[in-house]
Amino acid sequence: MAIFFGDDYEEKEEAKALIKSLAKLIEKLGDLEIENVEIRAEELTFILQPMVGVMAQAPQLLPKVEKAIETLLKTEFSPPIETYPGQIAEVQIGATRSDGGSRKKVVRIGGEKTMPFYSFEALNPNRLAFAMDVFDMPVVLAKSVKQHFEDVMHDPADWAKRCVEDFGAEIISLNLISTDPLIKDTSAKDAAKTVERVLQAVDVPLIIGGSGNKAKDPFVLEAAAEVASGERCILNSANIDNDYKRIARAAKKYGHIVVAFTPMDINNQKKLNRLLLDEGLSKEQIIIDPTTAALGYGLDYTLSLMERIKLAGLLGDSDLQMPILASTSNSWGAREAWMKSEEWGPREYRGPLWETVTTITAMMAGGDLFMLSHPATVRVIKGLMENLYGEVDTDQRIQDWITDIGM
Amino acid sequence: MPEKVTLLSVYRFLPQTNCGECGEPNCMAFASKLLERKFTPENCPPLKKPKYKEQMAKLIELIAPPIKEVTIGTGNSIVKIGGKEVMYRHELTYHNPTAIAIDVSDTMDDGKIVETCKAIETISLVRIGETLKLNMVAVRCASKDPDRFSYVTSLVARSCNLPLILCSFDPKNLKAALEKGQVANKRPLLYAASEENWREVSELAKQYDCPVVIFAPNNLTLLKSLIKTLQAIGIRDIVMDPGSYTEGKLLKDSINNLVMIRRAAIQRGDKDLSYPIMAVPAIVWMGEKQDPITASYKEAYIASLFMNRYADLLIMHTLEIWALLPVLTLRQNIYTDPRKPVSVEPGLRAIGKPDEKSPVFLTTNFALTYFTVANDLESAGINCYLLVLNTEGLAVEVSVAGGQFNSSNVKDLFLSSGVEKMVKHNKLIIPGMAARLKGEIEDSTNWEVIVGPRDSSQIKGFLTKYWA
Ligand code: SF4
Repeated sequence: MAIFFGDDYEEKEEAKALIKSLAKLIEKLGDLEIENVEIRAEELTFILQPMVGVMAQAPQLLPKVEKAIETLLKTEFSPPIETYPGQIAEVQIGATRSDGGSRKKVVRIGGEKTMPFYSFEALNPNRLAFAMDVFDMPVVLAKSVKQHFEDVMHDPADWAKRCVEDFGAEIISLNLISTDPLIKDTSAKDAAKTVERVLQAVDVPLIIGGSGNKAKDPFVLEAAAEVASGERCILNSANIDNDYKRIARAAKKYGHIVVAFTPMDINNQKKLNRLLLDEGLSKEQIIIDPTTAALGYGLDYTLSLMERIKLAGLLGDSDLQMPILASTSNSWGAREAWMKSEEWGPREYRGPLWETVTTITAMMAGGDLFMLSHPATVRVIKGLMENLYGEVDTDQRIQDWITDIGM
Repeated sequence: MPEKVTLLSVYRFLPQTNCGECGEPNCMAFASKLLERKFTPENCPPLKKPKYKEQMAKLIELIAPPIKEVTIGTGNSIVKIGGKEVMYRHELTYHNPTAIAIDVSDTMDDGKIVETCKAIETISLVRIGETLKLNMVAVRCASKDPDRFSYVTSLVARSCNLPLILCSFDPKNLKAALEKGQVANKRPLLYAASEENWREVSELAKQYDCPVVIFAPNNLTLLKSLIKTLQAIGIRDIVMDPGSYTEGKLLKDSINNLVMIRRAAIQRGDKDLSYPIMAVPAIVWMGEKQDPITASYKEAYIASLFMNRYADLLIMHTLEIWALLPVLTLRQNIYTDPRKPVSVEPGLRAIGKPDEKSPVFLTTNFALTYFTVANDLESAGINCYLLVLNTEGLAVEVSVAGGQFNSSNVKDLFLSSGVEKMVKHNKLIIPGMAARLKGEIEDSTNWEVIVGPRDSSQIKGFLTKYWA
């Protein structure tokens, strides 16, 4: 019988005494069993597991004699600053004329030295970035999103323009869903033409997405990569079970970035990232998509995954040191975002708020690049970012909030 | 640095008699339950005997989480906040979901006050088998009149059974509410002791044994000083309000403050800051008349921001359900046990009274998807079979993309569930979001696959069209 009590137990003498009394106890109760608590190594490890993270606290020492205190006790607060051994890779999205493309401006993401908005300890070099969704054919959209695009949905170039010119999209996420054999089966060649048209219509960088068809996407993305040669687009996405090699090769050959998508699994994410690195892509050419679930539909998994990935990267795990893509427009899949319901109140407000809260949660967890659908979300999130980056002066006074809240 | 607590270090403070009074077979089993937080030291009756007094005290100290748990209210009307142990939720489940209070101003007329209290108490939404509710009422002294405030406090206390927060920076208002507001023995949370009023407010907190908030806007040194002072006076139940700025640079500071405070307490073992944190998103309603839609929208996302950064208690103002729904849902998400997938048993379910002609639907075993689909089928009065696929607890869209939702899994489910013997047709309705698997599933099952609507709320209309 082996008994493990953890290495950090220091009072060895006392431990010995206790083990002795435990042993006695075991003897008394027969065999190696204290009724339900068998002291077998595995069992004990199991019992010990819940303790991970349970921290002891030194006694909260209060002065024994509580005498009248007249003045505030003085103390100091010093910010608990940490430094991390690792840093997230910086990815440049888009290319201007000077580096081989035709975009007016590039967008840089990543490069973090600390968790998002921990500006008391370090300033992350790049802002979070926001892309808006465009599809290569009219699609079913929530009513409150659709009303902003209804007249341009038949033309992805116009749709993209609307996003950039009217709603301030920094990046366009062009989804070539019509290539799906079950939808229109648009050929890779025709899809590439759409990419060209959108590149001409707008001067912001592009994310090029397939239809999700594992067999066809690599060919679609390859053709798109070729016509967009030099533009440093993001090819969305390479998966463990599609021909990721084809996508990686196209990215290398034509100078693009690859999204490594895995469905909520940090180990597979590491594996896929490593496979892409092995294909010769650099960390600066990979963006991680660990799956973004909507608020109420698994956002908890997404939040923890992003935090784990970002922390792992900061702690030096070079397989996870790439920026994170959060497809927060997935929020519109939640019925709370689009469905008419008396019980839930007007969906015109509820929908964009659902997307806003999903996005904020992903922002705080470590996302770097976000896909959004509703113009209101874009506006709110951009304003919020300016605040969180400390770019907006304010003389807000809150001291009198108790009396000064309106009714 | 805090040290890790081991099973043995807990065991050594127990009576070690294995008397079984706690309901556990022995003290070691009890010790492991203590560490899992299924028990508190009070659950061991012998430990409460005078001779174990010292051991009891030591045990309580030993297993105390780095963030103190503070209880507000009494009897069946209590809220516990704090008790946190980790910085990131994947490390261990967060305890005590963020409590949400809604404010009531004493300048409202009585009828409106009663109505608001009832509304706060009755709002409830059921998601994944859990009822989401608001937790507290924050009574604000906006009248600056102690008599009015104490009257309204008692009116609120009579109108609902929720724990209260009494809000005023003027101690004489708090005093009046405690003396005459009929809440003196209900342990309301006193808001707030500040640099100016801490002497009087701490006196009240002591006299009435109430938990108290310390308010030190954007000044962590002052916050610490105030806490040190109140601790020295003998006050133990403290809640920290480092100031909820909702605008500009100051919002950035507020977010940084929350992270610094929590990190100092959990990772640096700073005892002065080891208390629950509160924030006041209601502050977005300050000033000139606010547009209620814009303000509710902003309040909801500011609340989400603070909840994502450790707020244990929020005071909000809006009662718009569309604004509260995402906040309550986010709370449910953040406080779900990260180690447990939210899933139901896969297999075949009968909805209503299906027969051999009834339709067969396919869905995933993600709990929310399953409950939503089952509920929609039931409430539409559809008699049918529902096949629940093991997608490892992932929703349809995610599991189709991720491959957990695949044709060979469906085939296995066909075999294990015996669905083929239950009906005389061979038509399977799959979720709209799994449309791309139509062909594969047809090949693997030899059934005809019909692509259903993207959302189960539309099943009824779909059936009348496609199911003769
Ligand atoms: S009640 Fe106390 S002494 Fe008795 S078995 Fe339980 S833990 Fe041990």
